[in-house]
Amino acid sequence: MGVIGDAWTWLTTGANWSGDGGAAHRLGEHLYVSGVALAVACAIALPLALYLGHIGRGGALAVNISNVGRAVPVFAVLALFMVTPLRNSGYWPTIIALVLFAVPPLLTNAYVGMREVDRAVVEAARGMGMSGGQLFVRVELPLAYPMIMTGLRSAAVQVVATASIAAMVGLGGLGRIITAGFNTYDTAQVFAGAVLVAGLALLVEGVLVGLDRLLSPLRRRRPA
Amino acid sequence: MAEQNCLVTNDWICGEYLRSRSQELTDATVQHIGITVVSVLIGLAVAFPLALLARRGRRFAGPVLGLTTVLYTVPSLAMFSLLLPVFGLSAALVVTGLVLYSLTILVRNILAGLEAVPEEARDAARGMGYGPGRLLWEVELPLALPAVMAGLRIATVSTVALTTVGSLVGKGGLGNLIEDALPSFFKAQVLAASVLCVLLAVAADLLLLGLQRLLTPWTRISGTSRTPGTAGGGRTDPDGPGGPAGLPAPAKVEAG
Repeated sequence: MGVIGDAWTWLTTGANWSGDGGAAHRLGEHLYVSGVALAVACAIALPLALYLGHIGRGGALAVNISNVGRAVPVFAVLALFMVTPLRNSGYWPTIIALVLFAVPPLLTNAYVGMREVDRAVVEAARGMGMSGGQLFVRVELPLAYPMIMTGLRSAAVQVVATASIAAMVGLGGLGRIITAGFNTYDTAQVFAGAVLVAGLALLVEGVLVGLDRLLSPLRRRRPA
Repeated sequence: MAEQNCLVTNDWICGEYLRSRSQELTDATVQHIGITVVSVLIGLAVAFPLALLARRGRRFAGPVLGLTTVLYTVPSLAMFSLLLPVFGLSAALVVTGLVLYSLTILVRNILAGLEAVPEEARDAARGMGYGPGRLLWEVELPLALPAVMAGLRIATVSTVALTTVGSLVGKGGLGNLIEDALPSFFKAQVLAASVLCVLLAVAADLLLLGLQRLLTPWTRISGTSRTPGTAGGGRTDPDGPGGPAGLPAPAKVEAG
């Protein structure tokens, strides 16, 4: 219990939150790189996946890219960036790494979602005279929505997790509280930082689950 | 002399590095494999009873799947740090963290595999006088094996990659080499360790794919053409319930 008490004390001490290396600044960095990376990844992956799903091509790419994403360690990619001149470009190494790891879940899930739309429904829509665009907007997109949101959720969680690993190569973000704690053998700070990182990830997941239900075009509960 | 120079000029690929530090690379690889294998085996041993429990009904399925999903959401850096007060700077800390991660995919895939067993197969076995234990071992598990193996492959590949984060506590296998190389921007070491890591993941995936084929010879006779197993195993993943980010999870969590 000692560590938890100490971690609580760390979290409730105002001085730990202020300043350049303070928790508030680290949280800001974390949210900034995560937000930018997720937006860029969505802008790249979603149009590509939805288009490929609509025309029914490129399945091997969409599926295999997520296997590749799983096999490559985040830490290795960040470290590779840090031994190139890219290390001097501020938040970019982190953002590029985050984008690389956010694209696979977005791409795979959106593609699979599009392909899993019942062919009979698509044929029916075509038979009613819908054009390709109408079919896409009114039929395929709403039916693929749950999978697209699943992809968005796992990408967001992946991004938040990856952003914390950036601290291991000396980049900014909430993970720095943890690594700084390790460097000074301050277990309470390590624990407090871990609580913040884990809390943020769970919060992001929770918010996205809520948004998913709120925005679902079908507004129905999926059977359990 | 020319080869010595690649250490001085800090080239990406350096034969002299691979030669002079081969022992270091081997040790790190052995540690990496050890941590991965132990984690996945323990994960499997824990996931099976959990999946059997979850199968007993929604009352158990909700909490089990909910808990493993929450664990999976916790970033690896935070997971290892949260375990620090319990385990200290040890390999047990890394293994425990990796086990907790592997549970999500393993439990979900074992459960889905068991639930996909045709009811007729169960009825036939019961009619032949199989008890619950024998039914599980001799009928349900073999039929669930493709889904279980698909989950095992995903869990193993992820574990190989995640082990690198263990360098946080000095037990990250090849991750340790990456971390050691950072302060001096030692390109050859970062690249060699990273490539070895990916090769390990691919090798483990292929090995498990081979094992799966060996264990489930009937899936090859069924006539439907199977694509030759690529490193990614693209065929199994989308079908596998734990496939792209585990589709069945949200629905099950709601139920809890």
